[in-house]
Amino acid sequence: MGEAEFLFLLTGLKWTVLLSLVGFAGGGICGLAVALMRSSGIAPLERGTAGYIALFQGTPLLMQLFVVYYGLALVGLKLDAWVAVAIGFTLHASAYLGEIWRGSIEAVPRGQTEAAKALSLHYVARMKDVILPQAIRISLPATIGFLVQLIKGTSLAAIVGFTELTRAGNIVSNQTFKPLLVFGVVGILYFLLCWPLSLYGAHLERRMAVAAR
Amino acid sequence: MSDAAATGAAPADAMIVMSHVEKWYGDFQALTDINLAVRKGEKIVLCGPSGSGKSTLIRCINRLEDYQKGEIRVGGTRLGDDARTIDAVRREVGMVFQHFNLFPHMSVLRNCMLAPMRSLGASRAEAEATARALLERVRIHEQAEKYPAQLSGGQQQRVAIARALCMKPKVMLFDEPTSALDPEMVKEVLDTMIGLAEEGMTMICVTHEMGFARQVADRVIFMAGGAIVEEAPPQDFFSNPRHERTRKFLGEILHQP
Repeated sequence: MGEAEFLFLLTGLKWTVLLSLVGFAGGGICGLAVALMRSSGIAPLERGTAGYIALFQGTPLLMQLFVVYYGLALVGLKLDAWVAVAIGFTLHASAYLGEIWRGSIEAVPRGQTEAAKALSLHYVARMKDVILPQAIRISLPATIGFLVQLIKGTSLAAIVGFTELTRAGNIVSNQTFKPLLVFGVVGILYFLLCWPLSLYGAHLERRMAVAAR
Repeated sequence: MSDAAATGAAPADAMIVMSHVEKWYGDFQALTDINLAVRKGEKIVLCGPSGSGKSTLIRCINRLEDYQKGEIRVGGTRLGDDARTIDAVRREVGMVFQHFNLFPHMSVLRNCMLAPMRSLGASRAEAEATARALLERVRIHEQAEKYPAQLSGGQQQRVAIARALCMKPKVMLFDEPTSALDPEMVKEVLDTMIGLAEEGMTMICVTHEMGFARQVADRVIFMAGGAIVEEAPPQDFFSNPRHERTRKFLGEILHQP
C-alpha cells in the first residue's frame, strides 16, 4: 500500500468526518426539538414524537438511507446524495438523541421545575437556564456513546455512492490485495476519530461533576 | 363546615383570598371548601397531620397545583388558567421549599440573580446588587461564589429565602422549610423567617415549629382531611383548642401524654 492509496483513504476519512458532522448537527438540533416535544406535557406532541422515535429506533439505518435516497426517487422526489444522507442521518440521530435527552430531562428532580415556576421563570428560561444544563450532564455518557456509534454508522452512506472511509478501504483492498493491512489502517483511522470524542466526554463529565458538587 | 366561613366577605386589605376552593386528585378530594383571607402583613401558620392538604393549599396559591372549583385572588389578580395571570401572581409570591430546590449547577449568587434578570428584566448589575444585599441580610454573603452543595442545609435554605426575596415578592409561602434540616440548623432558618416577619412581610408558613407559631403567627390554622378545621390566634389555639382533632394533634406534636 503506497502513498497514493493512503491519501485515498484520507479522502475517505474526510467524507466520514463531514458525514458525522452533518449527523451531529442535524441530529442535535432536531433531537433537542424531539426531546422537548416528548417531555412537553402536550399529549398530541408526546404521542407523535413517541411514534417517531419508535419508528426510527425500530428500523435499520441502512434501510432508512435506502428509503430516503432510492424510495423517494421512485415517487418522483430525486434528492441529491448529500441531501438524502443529511436527511437520513438527521432523522436517525434525532430519534436516538431525542429519546436520550427526553430521559435526561425527566431525570432532573421535579423540585427544580417547581422552584423555577415559583420564581416565575417562563418556559424558555426554565429549560435553557435550569433544566437543560442539568439534563445535559446526566445525558453525557449516553450522548457520547451514541455520537461514537454515529461516526461508525456513516459507513452505511456508501450505499448511496459516498466513498467514505470504509468504502475507500474496500476499494484500496481490492486493488492491493492486502485486506489485513488496509482494514487495519482503516480501523486505526476510525479509532483516532472516536477515541478523542470519548476522552472529551469523560473530561466534560468530570468537569461538570466538580461544578455540581 | 369551616370556621373560616367568617371570611366570606374579604377584608379590603386582603393580600390573598381563597373562596370555596376545591381540589381532587381523581376520586380523592385533596381540598374541601377552602375559605381563607390573608391580610397584608399578616402571618399565618398552617399545621395539621401529614396528608391533610396544607402543602397542597399553599401550592394552589402560586399555581404549582391546579384546582377544580372556587377562586383564588392574590393582590387583586384573579388566578386563572392563562399564563398571564399565573405569571403575574408568581411574580408577587415567593416560595421556599422543604428541600430548598436551589439550582445545583449555579453559584449561590447566580441562583439569586437568575429570576430577576429573566422575569423582571433587571440588568446584571441591578440583579447582582439586589442579590448581594439579600444574601447579606440572610447572613450568607461570604458564600456567594460557592455552589449550593458546598453549603450546609441551613445555609442552603437561607439562600433559598434570599433567592425568593430577590423577586421583591409581596407574599412569602413556606412549605415545611425546616423539616429537612438537621436539628441544629433549624434555628438559623427560623431566625431568618422571624426577621422577615418583623419587617412586615405577608407570610403563610406550613410548619410544625410551634414555638415559631407562638412567636410570630397572627393566626394558626389547623387542617385535617383537606379541610380547615380550626383557626385562631396562637394563644387561643394552643391553650384552648375547640376541636377534638386539634387537641389530639397538639397532644401528639407537643409530645404530651
